[in-house]
Amino acid sequence: MATFAIRRALWLLVVLFAISVLVFLIFFATPGVDPARQMAGRNPSAETIKNIKHEFGLDRALPIRYGLMMKHMFISRDLISYGSHTRVIPEILSATPVTLSLVFGAAVIWVIFSILTGVGAAVFRGTVIDPILMILALIGISIPVFWLGEVVNLVTQSRLHDFFLFSWVPPLGYTPLTQDPLMWFEQLVFPWLTLSVLYIGFYARVLRANLIETENEDYIRTARAKGLSERRVLLRHTLRTSMITFVSLFGLDFGILVGGGALLTEVVFGLPGVGLLTYNSLTALDLPVIMTTVIYGAFFITLANALVDLLYAWLDPRVRPA
Amino acid sequence: MAVFEPEAEGIVLDAEETGGDIAGRSPWALAGRRLVRNKLALAALALFVLIVAVSFAAPVYSKHVANTDPFESNISGTVTIDGKTEPVLQQGGGKLGLGETPIGPTWHSHYLLGADNQGRDVAARVLYGGRASLEIGLGSALLASLVAVVFGLVAGFFGGVTDTGISRLMDLIWAFPVYLLAISLATVLLTAPNGLNLGIFNVSASSLWIPLVIIGVIYVPYVFRPIRGQVLSLRQREFVEAAIAQGASNFRLIFREILPNVASTVIVLLPLMIATTILTESALSYLSIGVQAPKASWGTIIEDGQALLYTRPTVAIAPGVMIVLTVLALNVLGDGLRDALDPRSKVRVK
Amino acid sequence: MAEPLLSVKDLKVSFRTEDGLVRAVDGISFTVDEGDVVGIVGESGSGKSVTMMSLMRLITDPNVIYEGEILYKGRNLMGLSQDAMREVRGEEIAMIFQDPMTSLNPVYTIGWQIEEQLNEHYDLKKGQARRRAIDLLAQVGIPRPEQRIDDHPHQFSGGMRQRVMIALALSCNPDLLIADEPTTALDVTIQAQILELTKNLKRDFGSAVVLITHDLGVVADIADRILVMYAGRIVEEGNKEQIFYDPQHPYTWGLLGSIARLDRPKPRRLTTIAGQPPSLINRPRGCSFRPRCPQAFERCSVEDPALTAKVGDGHLDACHLSVEDKRTRRDATIRPELAESA
Repeated sequence: MATFAIRRALWLLVVLFAISVLVFLIFFATPGVDPARQMAGRNPSAETIKNIKHEFGLDRALPIRYGLMMKHMFISRDLISYGSHTRVIPEILSATPVTLSLVFGAAVIWVIFSILTGVGAAVFRGTVIDPILMILALIGISIPVFWLGEVVNLVTQSRLHDFFLFSWVPPLGYTPLTQDPLMWFEQLVFPWLTLSVLYIGFYARVLRANLIETENEDYIRTARAKGLSERRVLLRHTLRTSMITFVSLFGLDFGILVGGGALLTEVVFGLPGVGLLTYNSLTALDLPVIMTTVIYGAFFITLANALVDLLYAWLDPRVRPA
Repeated sequence: MAVFEPEAEGIVLDAEETGGDIAGRSPWALAGRRLVRNKLALAALALFVLIVAVSFAAPVYSKHVANTDPFESNISGTVTIDGKTEPVLQQGGGKLGLGETPIGPTWHSHYLLGADNQGRDVAARVLYGGRASLEIGLGSALLASLVAVVFGLVAGFFGGVTDTGISRLMDLIWAFPVYLLAISLATVLLTAPNGLNLGIFNVSASSLWIPLVIIGVIYVPYVFRPIRGQVLSLRQREFVEAAIAQGASNFRLIFREILPNVASTVIVLLPLMIATTILTESALSYLSIGVQAPKASWGTIIEDGQALLYTRPTVAIAPGVMIVLTVLALNVLGDGLRDALDPRSKVRVK
Repeated sequence: MAEPLLSVKDLKVSFRTEDGLVRAVDGISFTVDEGDVVGIVGESGSGKSVTMMSLMRLITDPNVIYEGEILYKGRNLMGLSQDAMREVRGEEIAMIFQDPMTSLNPVYTIGWQIEEQLNEHYDLKKGQARRRAIDLLAQVGIPRPEQRIDDHPHQFSGGMRQRVMIALALSCNPDLLIADEPTTALDVTIQAQILELTKNLKRDFGSAVVLITHDLGVVADIADRILVMYAGRIVEEGNKEQIFYDPQHPYTWGLLGSIARLDRPKPRRLTTIAGQPPSLINRPRGCSFRPRCPQAFERCSVEDPALTAKVGDGHLDACHLSVEDKRTRRDATIRPELAESA
């Protein structure tokens, strides 16, 4: 087990390194692109461009530039953003709780509702409930999350804002939990709901498909032959094995979201999280921030991958090393 | 008495004698039959085809039906409805009543869904936007599938170092969060001021090829994995070993034996892929790093409408509805295809 | 005469499909007495498994239609409520299945799975269930049961897994054990062990056994009575001696002829039964075995033969041939080497 963990950790480092190099190359070595010119703004003079190049170390060789950046990021930890001229690491650290709040809340909602929906559809298969739930799930995965957010905002902030149901909705933004818990909650309710819609749809479908497929397994037939109640067969046998896939997928998605994948939701609802930070840095070509956020994101995703593998082994005894 | 030998005794078993066997049908024919019986999937297919047709008829619509140019600013234009003439951009609106609000849906052919903040016909723009979104959606899905099939066949068939190499590459691309890779590539490729200079040819920043290729590339690993898995398992199946024993060349094996089987996987995956690529394109365009002006796509129109969201929501809502309908239709179709090809779905008969 | 443990009366099980109504079981009747070992023999599609799955009401296909009665200890199982049926399952009638690899839940230990069944049917105190499980494992011949009880199914070999299945099935002392092709997925040597175990069940547990198989050789040792099924019907029925030494139906001859035997001179070729089983949707007129029967004559295409006793008490068959005709033709089919040297 220890060698397994060590090997995974090494692979994690390799992946992070590869990704950081890849991002670096994309932004600074793509043919036909000149970042200094880009950062200089409209109609720059040759002098301006030269100054920028020198200031940001862009006139050095590629590997040296990369090395310098890594040193600033990890060793001296004083990497400075090109755009805001503040330190990058604190910037990311202050954005992290926002993203975590958003993702955790949404995850709780979507796990609960997708299990209810998926199990409900499988149990009531053959009746009208199944197709209704599945169409709802299908609609859920067909709605672009940013558009849904806009529509939600339209309703809660504008059109129906005076309606009692939505009058409590505060203006868009984020308030830290420690500062004002109620406000924190109120500002996150609709972002949570919006973000979950997509995932409820997806996971309900996955779970239902898994449940139905597991139903055909021989050991479910054995469980019935043992005289167990349908509910027990469903919960302890069918659901238990179906959850293996569910949990694996969940781990991966959670990792992606925490790493910055919720950026569309953050943009629409004005939440200054990691996703928004990543996006802003990318479009402004703020390389130090880009590199840091990308590595941060990749780290979480690869970590989530490794954790999911471990979790899988715990859930499915067949996979465990002997 | 002789040993019983069936051939000698001439026992012939024809359909009547065995009580009318079910005539052998290929799995494709069976699947086709089941698909046709699935009314919902057929309706979805019809809806999708309708949307495609209408979108590609955008030029016809804007020229002959709406009489507007959706790409020209029309800030000081007017609209005449039932004899009443109104300016396209009207005074008033916004929180302080000092802004200009575009006209809302007229429900006539001229400015059917109203105008946006440049005075342009929303309905016509949505149709043109549909064309761009669908071109990119379909194109990138096909591109991803094609590349993935090639890589999947090579990796799965030849195995060994080739397989490891390709799979690791795919893992790396896949480890890169989709949104991150897309945004990175898009930012870099789109911000080159005079267009992308690739030596021989110059790709304009507003070309649809840029988002198409980007989205196509990032989804290659997604299709690659199931294809490779299937090729691996097919390769070990008896019929392939038999063909090898008969001296079939690699080429022949890949094309005759394995490819047809892989084809069905791709076909089932395709509608779902297109749904995904359309959603991805709309997200990138919304973030201003997808389709670029002067072209429009559903995503860009939603972004246009963001500033007008509380005053003239039509602009943002209309393209979103189109996306939902299109993606929903594709998802239903994809489900229907999958059910048709899956022999085990237990449906109530009669 | 005591009432039979199980009495199946004219059972018909059909499935609605896209192509029509599939008559998987087309009117069969038989009885099983307490402590009996009954073998049901037939090829794939003969309806043998569907019969027993119907008995346990384990068929989940929504398109199934039942007719007839299944009387267990006097009660019609077809008419029981779901709850009542669940009590019967596991406690009174237990079933073991063909593939031990997939019949046990891979994520739970075998101890957990046995205890689950015990706790479902009995009210046991903590620790009692575990002890009983260890006992059961020992009884079916699993070495070091106290340790292996905490292992998962994938840590056992196929034969051991089947023993675990048997232990599971017997945990609540059922009066009837149904074994659906228990040895088909196992090696021949393991097969022998499992069959030996099954033979002792009657002695050790007092349960009746219904053994389903496609291989007559498997029932040769342990069955008291044998039913031969074809295309959803019983075509021959009798006790061991009757079936093996005086078989009456050409299908049974085919089955017997296809067994390789060590005690006779090696024939040049084993008899085979040509052709395929018939479609269960459109029954041909007359005898359903006729298309594959080398002995068929005109009457066979016209009249469906009834299952009646023609040669002795309790020995039934469904064939139009006269008893003498059967005797002469039979030898040629089953023992061709004798005929050749004649």
